[in-house]
Amino acid sequence: MTDGLSQDRDPAPDVRVPAADTAPAAQPTSEIVLKPAARPSRIPRPPAEPVRAPVEVTIDGVALVVPQGSTILDACRAEGIDTPTLCYLENLTPVNVCRVCVVEVTGARVLVPACSRRVEPGMEIQTDSERVRHSRRMVLEFLGSSVDLSTAPAARGYIERYAAEPGRYGPPAEPAAPGKRDDREPGHHHAPSGSTAENVFQPVKVDNNLYVRDYSKCILCYKCVEACGEDAQNTFAIAIAGRGFDARVSTEQDVVLPESACVYCGNCIGVCPTGALMFSSEFEMRAAGTWDESVQTVTDTICPYCGVGCTLSLHVQDNEIVKVTSPLDSSITEGHLCVKGRFGFEFVQSRGEPQPDA
Amino acid sequence: MDLHVIGPLATPAERAAVDAVLGPPTSGWAGGRRDSGIDGHAARGGHAARSQRDLLLPVLHAVQARIGWISQPALNYVCRRLTIPPAEAYGVATFYALFSTRPRPPVVAHVCDDIACRLAGAEDVCGDLERSVGPAGEAGVEGQATWLRSPCLGLCERAPAAMFTMAGEAPLSFSAAPVDAVGVTARLGLPAGAGAPGPSDGDVRRSVPQVGQSGLRLLARIGVADPTSLESYREHGGYRALARALELGPERVIAEVTAARLVGRGGAAFPTGRKWAAVATAEGRPKYVVCNADESEPGTFKDRVLLEHDPFAVVESMTIEAFAVGAQQGYLYVRGEYPLAEARVANAIAQARAAGLLGGDILGAGLAFDIELRRGAGAYICGEETALFESIEGRRGEPRNKPPFPVEVGLFGKPTAVNNVETLVNVPLILATDGGGTAYAATGTEGSTGPKLFCLSGHVARPGVYEVEFGATLGELLALGGGVPGGRSVRAILLGGAAGVFVGPEALEMPLTLEATRAAGATLGSGVVMVFDETADMAGTLRRIAQFFRDESCGQCVPCRVGTARQEELLARLASDRPNGSRADELALLRDIGRAMRDASICGLGQTASSAIESALARPELVSA
Ligand SMILES: Cc1cc2nc3c(=O)[nH]c(=O)nc-3n(C[C@H](O)[C@H](O)[C@H](O)COP(=O)(O)O)c2cc1C
Ligand code: SF4
Ligand code: SF4
Ligand code: SF4
Ligand code: FES
Ligand code: FES
Repeated sequence: MTDGLSQDRDPAPDVRVPAADTAPAAQPTSEIVLKPAARPSRIPRPPAEPVRAPVEVTIDGVALVVPQGSTILDACRAEGIDTPTLCYLENLTPVNVCRVCVVEVTGARVLVPACSRRVEPGMEIQTDSERVRHSRRMVLEFLGSSVDLSTAPAARGYIERYAAEPGRYGPPAEPAAPGKRDDREPGHHHAPSGSTAENVFQPVKVDNNLYVRDYSKCILCYKCVEACGEDAQNTFAIAIAGRGFDARVSTEQDVVLPESACVYCGNCIGVCPTGALMFSSEFEMRAAGTWDESVQTVTDTICPYCGVGCTLSLHVQDNEIVKVTSPLDSSITEGHLCVKGRFGFEFVQSRGEPQPDA
Repeated sequence: MDLHVIGPLATPAERAAVDAVLGPPTSGWAGGRRDSGIDGHAARGGHAARSQRDLLLPVLHAVQARIGWISQPALNYVCRRLTIPPAEAYGVATFYALFSTRPRPPVVAHVCDDIACRLAGAEDVCGDLERSVGPAGEAGVEGQATWLRSPCLGLCERAPAAMFTMAGEAPLSFSAAPVDAVGVTARLGLPAGAGAPGPSDGDVRRSVPQVGQSGLRLLARIGVADPTSLESYREHGGYRALARALELGPERVIAEVTAARLVGRGGAAFPTGRKWAAVATAEGRPKYVVCNADESEPGTFKDRVLLEHDPFAVVESMTIEAFAVGAQQGYLYVRGEYPLAEARVANAIAQARAAGLLGGDILGAGLAFDIELRRGAGAYICGEETALFESIEGRRGEPRNKPPFPVEVGLFGKPTAVNNVETLVNVPLILATDGGGTAYAATGTEGSTGPKLFCLSGHVARPGVYEVEFGATLGELLALGGGVPGGRSVRAILLGGAAGVFVGPEALEMPLTLEATRAAGATLGSGVVMVFDETADMAGTLRRIAQFFRDESCGQCVPCRVGTARQEELLARLASDRPNGSRADELALLRDIGRAMRDASICGLGQTASSAIESALARPELVSA
């Protein structure tokens, strides 16, 4: 593993360490002299991209050469094939759980997820066979019949594209009472009558004034958990709890956010594909019927708070900032921010007289 | 990562339970007393603590067994000791059915209501308990006890079955089968931990009707040798195979196993020699061997019998495997509902260690290998090999996407050979018999070599584990078990468990081999042969199977998480005769659901969740009289 800098860094620091044949204990520590490394004489550059061997595959009958290590999704995109994805995001580790991206690989017993499966030489891939369409349609029916997709335009678009009929599982079951879904125990559920379709509907969780969690809209894509934990924030305030259909995103013991480890970076909101996690500002405007993306502008700027200099995208409606995101392809943020950049925008709107110092 | 821990402190009993596994805390960081001298100057925890993540399940077990449930303060203390974010630990604790994160009485009866036990009247037992103790899950017996329904407990030959867990200072768990409501209630009334019956293995002949017969190979020692004594094991041929393996050397051991054409008995029938060779030549270090003793497929109990009655054979076999693939550490993962098997294996490991048959220098041959025993906590999915790794690593048992395969990226991300219990105990047979692998391959059939254990249950006169050579027909096996009692006839037979296939009486002629079952569109799976006579409630059986998969899906992938729920709803509509549209529409919908689960699910659970149900509904004569 090279870190890119170590290859031709300037002279190694002058470290005098005991010779191998002397016992370390005999060496007085005061004789170990550490000099700081000399400053690099040039601006460090990232290592050259490793040369990746070309791999030949065919996609829908078309022969294609892609770099080794590409996923099938990369290859499809290179070929201009629009592959549906819900749990995949460029800045997160693929979890391949939604299964809406599945494709058929000749010789494989089952379909494979395009978002995470790497190409192999000679792979024959079909992205639109009857088998693929069937599984994609069923996955979308399953989601459409169990989750509120009203603020998930991408998923709704796929439902139309694959002619999924979420209605054929019967009318939706009653929403769960507050906290009841979080109380369910693994391995035990009430036998259904089948007259209604079970779903994840439940009251929205409003427990702080920055963002809301409406898990009726959660497709359990794991993105927020990844963004909160290993892939970005390293805070681990939320995790998947429970099992099977009763699995859910939860804080420890389902405590309210202010009691949890949440640091309000809002990175979970940034990655949520369904609007389950939403700025309070957006949530309230939607409730009031005033949310209107068609009249919003998005302006990129630099966060005023600290020297990291994150790129902020300010979403503005009627001259008010209604939410803040960051571009996925920003090399500084990769879409992620901290609480100040994400939520600390209210001062921009305080246009009254300056307040006297307290 | 910043540990954010809130709420009251764990009680002394909770802390003691945790400390009994981890030792006393060494710093304020880990939940001990804050010592400004130490804690003020050095960061504790960090990697040293995080690298103990795999102790999470053992610690949760300790708290559950001591208190009867896992409170938030207890969980917080665990998190501080192991540097685990509380949300993650909560996610893990709520994944496993044997852990409770809500208050639960100390004494719990887990009453099996799964397929074989239903045939033996489990619903009546549950109904009686509802009347005498109260609704399932609610505290009865003066708040001291409760009962819960359970999936198959792996005691189907003695159905109906129950397992009891008694939390306290001397926690106890044991199984009882057959039981009725009176028997369950009597045990619930016992004061926790005191005076309760110890683990009992019942009469081994009830489980293994062939005990003592000549010609048995896999079952030769069962009911004959003392399963608690290494000496007795050695007197009955034990540890000859390991000595032979050491003579042969790793490559030739693998060559013999390959020549034997041994395939996995855990369900997937993968060639064992090929798996071992792949691990032996894999690049990563260290390497691990894992024995999959999670046996939770409804109707399966052969591994339990082997673990309970021939535990040293499993230990010896794992040692041979480790020698062959170059591993120094092994894990044996036994399902949480097998208290006696766990105790017997623990004893076998301890005796082997004391005798120098595990440890740094086995048989003075310079071989280093040891086995850690890990206990599951009520999750069928943890039998799936990659879910099992996750579980050992202290995580939710969510299967990984393959590739990469375990032989390259397995336990702790290292090359791992994972094998079923029955697969493993074939290995000494191969090595210790004259002629080795070639002689072994001459038994059975061309495509299915060697002996095979079958778990015969349901409507048969003498249910139990039977050993036959591959090639015996289904009818011959049934005859060994004394046939269907009461002069009734066979309506359907479930092969391979809930993830298997129903066949009709015509299949009695079918040889029980991999090739013949495959050709017939059936499967041997884990060796389940469950018989349903003409009186059996097939619609109820199918609903129970659907319920099983709805309960046991890990919930990770959409096709299985939602598909298993939709499948159960559909069967409920069929049973109540209120289909959406026509019955034919429903059957078409079921096929649509099944196909998507089979094609698009991550793991074998979702891929087979509709298999048995579809096979039955495709043939009306199997389902209704
Ligand atoms: C849902 C599921 C449950 C499984 N349960 C078990 C089990 O309880 N015991 C077992 O040995 N294999 C089980 N398997 C198969 C294992 O994944 C794996 O193939 C096996 O342990 C390999 O050992 P073998 O080659 O010796 O059969 C299960 C597989 C799936 C998909
Ligand atoms: S809340 Fe949003 S990001 Fe999180 S799992 Fe649900 S859908 Fe995915
Ligand atoms: S978003 Fe946070 S980290 Fe980024 S520049 Fe603003 S204050 Fe700094
Ligand atoms: S198929 Fe079912 S059990 Fe397997 S990973 Fe998917 S949800 Fe989990
Ligand atoms: S996008 Fe590939 S599985 Fe979700
Ligand atoms: S023990 Fe009850 S079905 Fe197996």
